[in-house]
Formats: sequence, structure tokens, C-alpha cells
Amino acid sequence: MTSTVADHHHDEVPKGITRWLFTTNHKDIGTLYLWFAFIMFLVGGAMSLIIRTELFQPGLQVVDPHFFNQMTTVHALVMVFGAVMPGFVGFANWMIPMMIGAPDMALPRLNNWSFWLLPPAALLLIISLFVPGGGPAAGWTLYPPLSSQGGMGVDFTIFTVHLLGMSSILGSINIIATILNMRAPGMTLMKMPLFVWTWLITAFLLLAAIPVFAGAVTMLLTDRHFGTAFFDPAGGGDPVLFQHIFWFFGHPEVYILILPAFGIISQVIPTFSRKPLFGYTSMVFASVGIAFLSFIVWAHHMYTVGMPLSGELFFMYATMLIAIPTGVKIFNWLATMWRGSMTFETPMLYAIACVALFTVGGLTGLTMSITPADFQYHDTYYIVAHFHYTIFAGSVLGMLAGVYYWLPKWTGHMYDETLGKWHFWLTVIGFNITFFPQHFLGLAGMPRRIPDYALQFADFNQVSTIGAFIMGFAQLILLVVVVKAIRGGKEASSEVWENPEGLEWTVPSPPPYHTFATPPQVR
Amino acid sequence: MKQSSRQTRNRRLAGWLSLWVVGMFGFGYALVPLYNIFCEITGLNGKSATLSEASAAPLEVDKSRVVTVEFAVNVSGIPWQVDRPETVRLRVHPGEPVTVRYSAHSLTDSLTAGQAIPSISPARAARHFRKTECFCFTRQELQARESRMMPVTFVVDPALPDEVKTITLSYAVYPAPDVKLTSS
Repeated sequence: MTSTVADHHHDEVPKGITRWLFTTNHKDIGTLYLWFAFIMFLVGGAMSLIIRTELFQPGLQVVDPHFFNQMTTVHALVMVFGAVMPGFVGFANWMIPMMIGAPDMALPRLNNWSFWLLPPAALLLIISLFVPGGGPAAGWTLYPPLSSQGGMGVDFTIFTVHLLGMSSILGSINIIATILNMRAPGMTLMKMPLFVWTWLITAFLLLAAIPVFAGAVTMLLTDRHFGTAFFDPAGGGDPVLFQHIFWFFGHPEVYILILPAFGIISQVIPTFSRKPLFGYTSMVFASVGIAFLSFIVWAHHMYTVGMPLSGELFFMYATMLIAIPTGVKIFNWLATMWRGSMTFETPMLYAIACVALFTVGGLTGLTMSITPADFQYHDTYYIVAHFHYTIFAGSVLGMLAGVYYWLPKWTGHMYDETLGKWHFWLTVIGFNITFFPQHFLGLAGMPRRIPDYALQFADFNQVSTIGAFIMGFAQLILLVVVVKAIRGGKEASSEVWENPEGLEWTVPSPPPYHTFATPPQVR
Repeated sequence: MKQSSRQTRNRRLAGWLSLWVVGMFGFGYALVPLYNIFCEITGLNGKSATLSEASAAPLEVDKSRVVTVEFAVNVSGIPWQVDRPETVRLRVHPGEPVTVRYSAHSLTDSLTAGQAIPSISPARAARHFRKTECFCFTRQELQARESRMMPVTFVVDPALPDEVKTITLSYAVYPAPDVKLTSS
């Protein structure tokens, strides 16, 4: 075929910095996203270590309270919008075209744009820490009236959110167009790998949720500077309104953070169990179910604002319903592993840890869905423990499973399995030492986002801080593993693992610059 | 040929999705009036309608029941002193109209304008606390050092849930939103 000649010609990889600035190649952009996410992960992690250092002892030792509040706020914003979301978009860029047999993303130029919006956004957020009045200190939820009173840093944050939101919206449009229009012949929707499915759903969630958030922060901006009174009671507004709008975005957002991780481990577990995924169809529908429910449960974040009883009951029951599709997924993964010929390479370890620990987070979530119980848990360390069990143990461990799973494919070299195992065990043990005691702290009544605490909380806080340092420094091992794999190591075959399923394993490792210029035929 | 038709399809889909994004941005703003309407209908959040026309049909006074009504006020951002009615705690029968008077006093030598935002607690009593005369939400101007009585007439609806024994009416007084003051 003539296309082979063309392929050969195209395979010249552009050199130098312009390769990365002007690239429209999905693999290059995926790499950029992943590195960006990793850097943000380290930055956000460093902030969390500042928080934990201050909390090592009761009293105020290391930072002043205002800076502490900035750290809790910016840590969350960096991790959510800088690390986890771009990280998953990186995976989507790298893997979705290769998984569905497409030559590239549907809108390559737009793809370049959606990445290059991120660095200025991150810069804006970091700069906010150095302007007069400091960075945002009202918590990542930016609740007014506190956020309407903050300094210039809050405005920087609002524009950061605008830029990041634009980036995710453009990225989502691209992903939807790729999945719907670019599939290889024979790749029907119900044959798509589950990672592609979860991303399709995630992209729709993003398109529905992010614009609402952009609207909310725009209202905040006009309240602050242009005399509107959306959230200012002095002008007839209502701060609780912000909470409703925020969580209308915020709850779908947490599923945006978790669904792609569900997709990744649905790829990893079958490979290392050497069995096809159990209950593929139910997995797809469970994801759709979770996505739908995410839009009708937002007020469970605000049980204590004084809703009428009927409202509290509705949101309580709707929230509990989410346990059903999530349970379907958990049991499907267990059934996939059941009587499989399992081996425990690093990706599989991460996937199993993800399932196990996410279940802990899901369970505490269920306890908090119960309105009367939530009145006790609200704004305590129990919440902090809960969402780190879901977002770190769910999203981040899922992502790490994906990194180890596809790293040989991306670089063409096997990663160092010994170092990978060290990274895994230190991360998981450090994570549990950090966050498990926080359940107890929360139940005992320690409020979150406060730099000081009562004496009786000292022991668990010290344990937690020690865990945080173990977990934090363990992430440097990942850097070593990745750099080593890029520079060399055992050559990876195109399949890498034993009979893995999916089109990405039919191309060589590392894949040529352009893959599937001629679409493969899927049976 | 196939390549270009795929490109057209991609662009068209991207166009539709962008339209959807714009729509959702608008929906975020639409939540504001929706929320206010919802709160006013349900009395959620202690929001009470500005003035109710309940006086048209006089309510039957329920002598067998007594509800305590408390009055509170706080002032922020404006040089006024606003005092609560002399009886800060009043025991009323549901259905009987009661008038109390707040008094406002300007502490400055120039004309100032403020407005008062009422709030009812507990929230579920908001719908049953009917104000037939009040100074809420409207612009109030005080001349230099002027003092003025500001009356509130209200009726507690006998349909008030039985478990509510105490209702608090709280005013927050702020500067009026438009800063420009026309000398009157």
C-alpha cells in the first residue's frame, strides 16, 4: 500500500523546543500533560507537607495561620485542577487514539491549545501566593463571604479557574469528538475498552459541570469588583446560593476525578488476572448511572446550612443510591480476579490497593450520607480522611497503576520492578499511616482547616505527619523509575504483558510517532 | 475524501458541544433566579416574602396557643444605631396582628441611606410569619443625626407547625446598594 511510504516519511520526529510548543501529536501532548501533572503533584505534595509539619504539634510553630489557610486552599486547587485532572487528560491523549485505532485526536490543533492553557494557569495560581494579601485562603470551595473579602489573590484564583476550565472544556470536546468519530471500523461502542468508556462519560460530565463553576466564580468576581450582589446579603443576595452552585459543579467534579481511574483499573485487573473483565456491560451502565446520580446529590455537602427536612431526606437517599452502581463495579473487579491466574506486578498491586482503599473511602462516604450523622462529621478530619481515601487511593493510585501499566509501552523499556515495588509499598503504607488516624481525629471532633488543635489530638496528628513524609518522599522514587525507563532498560515487546487485550498492544513499544494511519479492522 | 468528511463531522460535533457549554454557563446564571423563587415559595433559608397580602382575609386568632417572637438587629458598614423594639421578646397568639417599632438613629452629620434585610429563624417558620408592614428591602434615608421609628406589623399564621415555639425576626442593616446619594 502507498500509505507505508507516507508513514515512513511522517515518522521523522521534530526536534528541539518547537516540537513541544507546536506539537499536534497526541502522544507528545499526552507526555506534556503527564509531566505537567507530575510537577503539580510534587508542588501540591510539598504544600501538604507544610500543612502536616505545622500540625505535627499543637500550637503555632512553623507558619502563620493565614499562610496555613493559603496552603490548605492552594494544595487542594493544585492537586484537583493541576495534578489529577491534567493527569487523566494525559492518559486520554496517549491511550484513547491507540485504543480505538485512530491516527490522532479529532482536533489536533485544539489539543495543543488545551495543553498550553495549563502552564499560564498554574503560574497565575502560584503568583497569587506572592501578591499583597497572599493567595486564596478561603478553602478550595471559595465560599463567600470569606472569598469575597480576600485580597488580590482571590482574583488570581478566579482567573486560574477560568483558564483551567477552558482547558478542560476544550480537552473534553476533543475527547468526545475522537471517541464518537474516529473509531476504527468494527470498533462499536460496546466493544470499546472500558477506559475509553469512562473517559467518554467523564468528558460529558466536564462539559456539564465546568461551565457552571466558571459561572459561579464569574459571579464572585463581579460581586467583588463590579457591584453585583449575587452572594452579598447587603444587596439581597445569598451566600448559600454560592454553595448550591458550587456543589452542583463540585459533586460531578469528584466523579470526574474518579471515573478515569475506574477505567484504568478495569484495563489492568483483567490483564494480570488473565481473564476478561467480568460484567463489561454492567460496568458501562454503572458508570453512566454514577454520572447521572452525580448531578442530583450536590446538597449532601451542605446538610448543615438549614435545609428543610424533605430536602435533607431527598439528598440522603439519592446519595445512598450511588453505593449501588459503585458496588457493581467493585464486585465486578473482584469477580474478574476470582480464580484468575493472578500475578502481582506493580500495576496490579496498585490496582488492587485502589479497589481495597477506595472501598474504605466509599464506606465512610456512605456513613456521611446519613444526614444526622453528618452533622457530627461535617468539617472535621473525618471528611479529610474520607476524600483522601477516594481521591488519593482512588484516583491517584489508579493513575499510578496506569503509569506502571503503560510505561513500557510509552518508553519501549521495562521499568525497574524492584523500585516499583518499593514505591508501591512506601506509598500505600505511608498513605494509611497518614490518613487512617484522621478518621479518629475527626470522630473525636478535630475541625479541619485550622492550624492549631486541642492537646488530646496530638498523638494521632504526629503519626499522621510521619506518614505524610513517608508518602511524600516515596513519590521521588516514581521520578527515578520513569527517568530510568526513558533512558534505557530491558526492551519491552509490543505486548509487554502476557496476552493483554486492546489495540494499543498491537503496535510496537515504543509506538512509532504516528500509529494507525491505516485504521485496523476490529473483529 | 473520507478524510475531509471526517473533519467536517468533527468540526460540527465540536460546534454542537461548544453550544452546549455556553448553555451550561447560562444555566449556572439561571440557577440564581430559580433559587430565589424556590426559596420564596418554600420559605427556605429564612427568606420571607417582602410583604404579604395576607391581610385580605383576616386570620382567626388562636387564643389557646402562645408563640414567643424575638427581635434582633445588627448593623454593618453604615454609621447608624438601630435599636430593637423595647420588648425584645413578645408572646403572641397566632392570628393576632402585632406592631413593634425599631428605632434608627444616624450617627453622622450627612445624609446616609441604608436598607434592612430580614431573616426568620427557624427557617420553616418563615412562610408562616407574615409581615403586613415593614421596612425591609426598601431604601431608607436618614438626614444628619436624624432618628426615626421603623414599625413592623406582623401576624403569625395559625398554620405554623406545632413544634415551633419561638420565632426570631432578625434584621441586618447595610448601606443601600447604590452609593450615589441625591440630596432630598
